[in-house]
Amino acid sequence: MRSYARPTTLPDLRAHLAAGPFRILAGGTDLYPGAGPQLDGDILDLTAVPNLRGIRVDGNLRIGACTTWTEVAEAYLPPALHALQQAALQVGGRQIQNAGTIGGNLCNASPAADGIPPLLACDAMVELTSATAIREVPLADFLLGPRKTARAADEVLTAVIIPQAALGGRSAFVKLGARAYLVISIAMVAARLVVQDGRIADCAVAVGSCSATAERLRSAEAALIGVSVSDAVARLDPHLIASGLAPIDDIRATAAYRGEAAVELVKRAVAGALA
Amino acid sequence: MISFTLNGKPVSAMAAPTSRLTEVLRESLNAKGTKVGCDAGDCGACTVLMDGRQVCACLIPAARAEGETIQTVEAEDADLSRLKAAFLRHGAAQCGICTPGMLIAAVDLLRRNPNPSEVEAQDALGGVLCRCTGYRKIITAVCDVGGETGSDPAQNGRVGDAVARLDGAAKVAGDSFGADYSPDGALVVQAIRSPHPHAAFSFGDLAAFTARPGVAGVFTAVDIPGRNAFGVIPPFADQPAIAQSPARFRGECVALVAYEPGAEADIADFPITWQTLPALITPAEAEAEGAAPLHPTRPGNRLIEGRVRKGDVAAAMASSAHVAQASMETSFVEHAYIEPEAGSAWMEGDTLIIRACTQAPVMDRDDTALILNLAPERVRIIPSAVGGGFGSKLDVSLQPLLGLVTLRTGRPCRMTYSRTESMSSTTKRHPAEMTGRIGCDADGRITAVEFEGRFNTGAYSSWGPTVANRVPVHVSGPYLTPNIHARARAIHTHGPVSGAFRGFGVPQAALWQEPIYDELAAKVGMDRLEFRILNALRDGDASATGQILNAVGIAPCLEALRPHWARALSDAANASGPMRRGVGVASCWYGCGNTSLPNPSTIRIALSHQGRVVLHQGATDVGQGSNTVIAQIAAEALCLPLDQITLIGPDTALTPDAGKTSASRQTFVSGRAAKAAAESLRRTVLRLANAGDGARLSLTGPILTVTEGSTRREVDLASLPTDAFGYALTAEETYDPPTSGLDENGQGKPYALYGYGAQMVELEVDPALGTLRLLKITAAHDVGRAINPQLAEGQIEGGVAQGIGLAIMEEYIAGRTENLHDYLIPTIGDVPPIESLLIEVPDPEGPFGAKGLGEHVLIPTAPAILNAIRHATGAVVTKVPALPHRILAAIKAAS
Repeated sequence: MRSYARPTTLPDLRAHLAAGPFRILAGGTDLYPGAGPQLDGDILDLTAVPNLRGIRVDGNLRIGACTTWTEVAEAYLPPALHALQQAALQVGGRQIQNAGTIGGNLCNASPAADGIPPLLACDAMVELTSATAIREVPLADFLLGPRKTARAADEVLTAVIIPQAALGGRSAFVKLGARAYLVISIAMVAARLVVQDGRIADCAVAVGSCSATAERLRSAEAALIGVSVSDAVARLDPHLIASGLAPIDDIRATAAYRGEAAVELVKRAVAGALA
Repeated sequence: MISFTLNGKPVSAMAAPTSRLTEVLRESLNAKGTKVGCDAGDCGACTVLMDGRQVCACLIPAARAEGETIQTVEAEDADLSRLKAAFLRHGAAQCGICTPGMLIAAVDLLRRNPNPSEVEAQDALGGVLCRCTGYRKIITAVCDVGGETGSDPAQNGRVGDAVARLDGAAKVAGDSFGADYSPDGALVVQAIRSPHPHAAFSFGDLAAFTARPGVAGVFTAVDIPGRNAFGVIPPFADQPAIAQSPARFRGECVALVAYEPGAEADIADFPITWQTLPALITPAEAEAEGAAPLHPTRPGNRLIEGRVRKGDVAAAMASSAHVAQASMETSFVEHAYIEPEAGSAWMEGDTLIIRACTQAPVMDRDDTALILNLAPERVRIIPSAVGGGFGSKLDVSLQPLLGLVTLRTGRPCRMTYSRTESMSSTTKRHPAEMTGRIGCDADGRITAVEFEGRFNTGAYSSWGPTVANRVPVHVSGPYLTPNIHARARAIHTHGPVSGAFRGFGVPQAALWQEPIYDELAAKVGMDRLEFRILNALRDGDASATGQILNAVGIAPCLEALRPHWARALSDAANASGPMRRGVGVASCWYGCGNTSLPNPSTIRIALSHQGRVVLHQGATDVGQGSNTVIAQIAAEALCLPLDQITLIGPDTALTPDAGKTSASRQTFVSGRAAKAAAESLRRTVLRLANAGDGARLSLTGPILTVTEGSTRREVDLASLPTDAFGYALTAEETYDPPTSGLDENGQGKPYALYGYGAQMVELEVDPALGTLRLLKITAAHDVGRAINPQLAEGQIEGGVAQGIGLAIMEEYIAGRTENLHDYLIPTIGDVPPIESLLIEVPDPEGPFGAKGLGEHVLIPTAPAILNAIRHATGAVVTKVPALPHRILAAIKAAS
């Protein structure tokens, strides 16, 4: 069975959800590569709903789920989202950045999704919409494991929301892969730091590709609070970083390498956010 | 019905809403300039502009194109035209399969940024993969889009002129590759393939499956009328076109389904039952006591062992001042041409016509005829444009499958491999496990080489014998080696079939030998480059096989690197910061043509009654440039301008056999045949005009003017009788390189001509992450005579890029890296600036002195990278690819 629907308004979309379940299609950059000659299933295409696209700030910052990576990269955003914009420029090539969406990246839930660590570092929430309800879930709780999320079959992810409280500070993203472009990360790190009076007042560090889902390093973050900017990188404790991760061996790297690389990348991301 | 604006014109197409935009463009609208390389957004070949932005058309649902503006390579557009001209001018298109995607990505860039920097061009084109060019000329073309197109009057197509490739206009327009021609009413053929490395299988109710709507036929091994075994080396032919149980590697074809045009191919529930059998994955398992042979006639799973033995290695090692030992392991490497195998077949009268991508049309014809039990003259092979080959398109792939379906049904058919099918079912570079030692005296002169290599040749023979024979011949490198004992054996496993890949095992061997020379130089206390110059083979030296060499160009190549080497070492010594800078060098030599076997080429050249020079050129141009180089040689020998030549072929019905495009033989062997044919035609003309050797020719319409001093004679071609080939005058000549067989010790003259080269790599290692940044590669190659310097540079840059991949990223793992996002090849950001130094030491055997180049260029890159890593960090890498985790582990082991 195959069907295809492309609602053009949010109410229309919600009406469809009542009649689900559907395979949700956004940018298509993950769905099509996994398909055979044809894309199977009953497809609900989100990309024609205007409310799902674009970025706006009203206290919180709201990124529509179908906002493309190019749109994220080219938007004027606070420095706290610099890491997200750096990541946006490293999601595939420009073709993928022009089609792939932030919501799709989260729902695909790859452990190597480049968009996730920068959003975790900003305490991002995701907005899930069904025919009858809208709920917000912390991104960290939304991601349940590789290719697994808390999205119910009758829901779609409609927006990513950065709370106003997490829009402070500066951020940086560091990605490690075996080639220059079009590369699945061996590891990547996003760091966001708020500095007051030369000391770190708030800090968020998230690491991807080194555990089943990207992780915030709460212990390492806590150890940085109150530390002077000039001491920050030196004060990063490799054990606290490693203890927050559970890397595996795969074709791209060994687990041991990932653990070591993560420590180095955290240092560079923290240094980058403080630069 | 979906409607949109395509290249400025309104179009409508019937298409399922979720079908890929590529399918709508190519199948419904017959706009085949947009290519498909992966259907996964990994290669960018299908890049189009949608609403002005570059996207992969393979990822765009048809419904989303509704009302949009789509622009493809077929567009008439000023930016696109300027880019096409720049691509031609700079030689930025080789095979041409990535070219439409590159051009469109560049249009997207130019509209945002009319004067892009190199980095901006890389960022914009980073989503399109190219396997031929090494990207550098593409970057140059994009950044020089406003440059002058004016033609240089000095560049008129003589030998030595960097003329734009003759097939270039077709390449930048979106050439017609294997998948780009579909006979009317063609059935669509799908293969059923083994999901297991070793498995017995049996079929269920095939008749019921055949009776399904849309299914035109099902074919298995029992339907094959002839010998169900092919192989590039006839005595070893062992690979079934369609396997009978058991399947011996993952991806092996076990059945075909032909679908009616327009029917949806659904092979998910094809009636087949698999019973997995124990698989021998590594050569060690395959050679273990009691391991069952894959082929009953090959005990111990040994296909063959090649040997070279000269002098007394034991005594020489014992008396050597220094001996260094090393082991090196390499991985399966995938050719990863951007064009997956594709083609079509139809009948014309009694003749079966197969149009497909290939490097070896006559071998395809002969193997397909054997499989289908047809006389060879009943099979005609028309090569399509070939979207990269690099050795893998030498073996037949879908040719016999297409032929079988058309022969059995009487209907035209077509077939296109998916990216995964292409990667899983076709040949790979042999993984090698190599060990041994090399000695030198106190002055640094090499005394002896002792080498043992085990090569995983996979399930079938393919080019395993060639690899086993080539490696011992070349494993010394281009250095004088008085004593040698080298053995290389090819072992069958249930792995992918290992075949030909640019260099036939010699690149692997260089990864073993070149790092040892660095170590010996250190032991002697010599500069690494000077150590190589000291040992470089010279004219009159004997090779490892006892062949007395002449026109040896290795010392001039190494000497050409001297100023660069001094500068690079100084730069490295003065570098500061956390990165560790290193410089490495490695050499190559490579015999052109078959090893000790005949491999003739025949070329036909004619003058038509209308006054054209017609060159029947059967050497397939897979991007390397033989269409242009062979024509330049012919024009030079005939003494008429290149632009008066019309190219015919390749086509087994129209062109004589110019052999296969492999072994770096086309410029040399087919070039010699072209030279001989053109000279023969010239002699005929001069005889007709009663003129001497020095006479000048000119051709205006059908009037051929022969001028000698003050004497002018005119030959009216239109008035001449029609010869046996349908022309006014025709000449056809054959050239076969003079070689001799190798004796039981591998002694003899395996090649008539060798090419030489040396490359220097400068890089930085990030010691905390084990990552590399390549800074520059300087490549000195002795080409004998550069027939076309731009094409020669293109070969160098492309070979270097593949060497980079071999060294630091490429590792094919069956069942795991059968796509272009898990299997990594270099992108436009991974190839540093390359400075090519073309060295010309003419070989009397080559046409105008020319030597082969295509494979040589890949050989030194990877070992030079490893040597630079060691120079930078002390790390000794013993397995490639040198992925970051392997480099970091080696750095730790060294410190």
